[in-house]
Amino acid sequence: MSEFLSNEPMLDMFVFETAQNIEQLEKTILDGEKTSRFSKTEIDEIFRIMHTIKGSSAMMSFKGISSLSHRIEDLFFYIRENPETDYDCSVVTDLILESVDFISGELENMKNGIFNESDSTWLEEKLCKTLRTVKGSDAAVLATEDEETAQANDEAAQADAKEDFGDWAELAGPCADEEARVSVAANLFQVVLHFVEGCDMENIRAFNIVYLLKKHAAGIRHFPEDLDSNESRDYIRRHGFTAFFRTDLSEEEVRGFFSQEVFLKEYSLVQFEYEADFEKEQASFDREPDAAGTKAPKPVPAQQRTQAANSGQSIISVNVAKLDALMDMIGELVIAESMVLHNPDLYGLQLDNFHKSAHQLHKITSELQDLAMSIRMVPLRNTFQKMHRIVRDMSRKCSKEVDLLITGEETEVDKNVIDHISDPLMHLVRNALDHGLESQEERLEKGKPPKGTVLLGARNEGGEIQIFVRDDGKGLNKAKLLKRAKENGLLTKPEHEMTEKEIYHLIFHTGFSTSDTITEYSGRGVGMDVVLRNIEGLGGRVSVESEEGKGTQFTVHFPMTLAIIDGMNVRVGNCTYTLPITVIKETIKPSGKDVIRDPQGNEMILFRGECCPVVRLHQIYGVRADTETISEGIVVMVETSDKMAGVFVDELIGENQVVVKALPRYINQISGIAGCTILGDGSISLILDVAGLAA
Amino acid sequence: MLDVAAQELDNLVSDAQKNQYLIFALGPNHYGIDIKNVTEIIGIQKITKVPELPEYVQGIISLRGKIIPVVDVRMRFKIEAVEYNDRTCIIIVDLGNVSVGLIVDGVADVLSFEDSEIVDTPGIEGDQNKFVKGVGKVGDEVKLLINCEKLLNDEDTDRLSKVRL
Repeated sequence: MSEFLSNEPMLDMFVFETAQNIEQLEKTILDGEKTSRFSKTEIDEIFRIMHTIKGSSAMMSFKGISSLSHRIEDLFFYIRENPETDYDCSVVTDLILESVDFISGELENMKNGIFNESDSTWLEEKLCKTLRTVKGSDAAVLATEDEETAQANDEAAQADAKEDFGDWAELAGPCADEEARVSVAANLFQVVLHFVEGCDMENIRAFNIVYLLKKHAAGIRHFPEDLDSNESRDYIRRHGFTAFFRTDLSEEEVRGFFSQEVFLKEYSLVQFEYEADFEKEQASFDREPDAAGTKAPKPVPAQQRTQAANSGQSIISVNVAKLDALMDMIGELVIAESMVLHNPDLYGLQLDNFHKSAHQLHKITSELQDLAMSIRMVPLRNTFQKMHRIVRDMSRKCSKEVDLLITGEETEVDKNVIDHISDPLMHLVRNALDHGLESQEERLEKGKPPKGTVLLGARNEGGEIQIFVRDDGKGLNKAKLLKRAKENGLLTKPEHEMTEKEIYHLIFHTGFSTSDTITEYSGRGVGMDVVLRNIEGLGGRVSVESEEGKGTQFTVHFPMTLAIIDGMNVRVGNCTYTLPITVIKETIKPSGKDVIRDPQGNEMILFRGECCPVVRLHQIYGVRADTETISEGIVVMVETSDKMAGVFVDELIGENQVVVKALPRYINQISGIAGCTILGDGSISLILDVAGLAA
Repeated sequence: MLDVAAQELDNLVSDAQKNQYLIFALGPNHYGIDIKNVTEIIGIQKITKVPELPEYVQGIISLRGKIIPVVDVRMRFKIEAVEYNDRTCIIIVDLGNVSVGLIVDGVADVLSFEDSEIVDTPGIEGDQNKFVKGVGKVGDEVKLLINCEKLLNDEDTDRLSKVRL
């Protein structure tokens, strides 16, 4: 159990690192399983990861995770040391994946501030059992080996924990060689630290304190001098950890420093007034034979510092909230800029130099905007990698052999898209496996290779991102789709009039399922509609292509970014609304006879032979429009996946890029409004959600 | 040690704010809201109408890039609406996770009340009562102290949001 709330940067770091590690672990494990035998590098990799996790979780005293990873480590230690051993790779993989899920769950809890560790004993027992099975008959070896492993691991964990500490300490602030600066420091201190009993790895904790102390103090000498060994740990347990240092900080500040440390049971601080006393006290420790180790001062800190610095140079992790704030600020800047440049006070003035400078300013702000956007772009790699796991689990459950091929995983999309694309994508992949691919026998009958293929890919095309899931299965059966649609009363027009596209889009209807049996994964008819809704909610759309007997491809089309869209500003009365450019088909200036009314008074407009409903914004939003006569205004024809509508407005203002902002939560979701944006003059324009409007 | 000091400072600050009320006017009546909820007071701005909201939610404004819904307190209290003028203010209140602007006729004062100076609302029948959490006495005058949470979130709005879903 941890009370680490005072230690949040450390906790954040732990969660972040561990999450990355287990992601890597999952990938390695799945790669290994494909060859049904772990290669030496893979085993080493897994061993290394478990090792790190164990070390850092023990450091943070998450006992569950640490002991679980210890068991896994034991297992792989054995496998590593006995390469001849016969083990069932899939059993091991299952176990590891279960453990990965467990750790992920724990991390999720920590992120949400829940520190009640779940019980991992059942998993540990399973792991022990597997280890015993793997070890097989030789029980005598088992006992001794277990012990050895445990001991070896224990030491290794310490080394790891220390490495981690190096990183963490780095986090706490720049730690350049400041010794020179404080070398003339006036205040001399002796501190004796006692750690909380049972907190383990006292020597590492002491090491960390020394490391942190270096930022404020110079001439640090500590006893025991060597913090690497187990003897030093025992020594600290018995006698406490003593350090001498000089610093600029006042006594109070030093006390503040130590009171922030976790796991400190107590500490005593002595300030020396005279140099001589300080030296004498130190000398008394030098003589003390019990002080473990008299080796030369360790080179470790220096080494670690360079290491940490090297790894920190190319990539840093940044809180997304900060990026959002940056985007907001740049949005503000753009607005402020246009307020200045189009200031009414400037009208009619001849300002050549002003315009030159203004142009320069505009260039810089738009470059800044592009740059800020690019910071938010993340490759799809991790999202795609997760699908391996799903395909694996699914292919086992459905007993279908499947190859998952991935292309274009380096394609970058906005962080927002990444966060929301995972679920719909998962669904599409599951569907491809469950419905798309035939069973092995069926495939053989049809002369296809018994192993099915699912292709998951992404590409960047024409200002949009396309993510596609393609299977080489049976394809969509149009007749079956139509039949099912008729049964459910989903058909809106005669069968023979439906285009191929419309037929395929039937599967996005709520409650529509062509599967005759319901499985754990799909067939309930809940899903595709949710996929569509999620994707449309992100401003994307889905298209379906299929060929019977050959396969099906779902393509998700996304704008490059969700934070900025190309919009068409339209005016109704004195209100401005923004329509996303992507949904606009055409704008027309209709003559009165194009518009027809049905008996209920609903207006329709004839557009290329199709009847589309007319949406009068002034009626919906209750604003006074310039005109209510269709022929005096403009109708913007908009289209979403399968619906068309004509939006009646007074005037088109023009096209520009707008920064999308969400409506405040207090207002809740409003149908027909996707968000709002701030226009150049500081006023707000509502962004219309065409799917909601046409509904 | 530093922690303790910081906490004391915190206490001091909140002590100073305790029982302080921002007094605003709606016609002849004065109302007070707890000052710890108030982030700032701005002049009236151009308000963008948003459909499908209760009548008293006038729309949204942009406050330095932040989108904030504004509530007309007169309409909320079912007092006759008046044209906005240059005395009209928007009080930005922050309730935990939501920022909302309150449109009022004007801001009058900041007053602090001792606990003894606040009395419970007399059991008047009527709709308004649910917004008033107490009555503060200043000399012969009384100020109605408003419960901000009630002002913004009550059955009405809850029901409305449910209808939408």
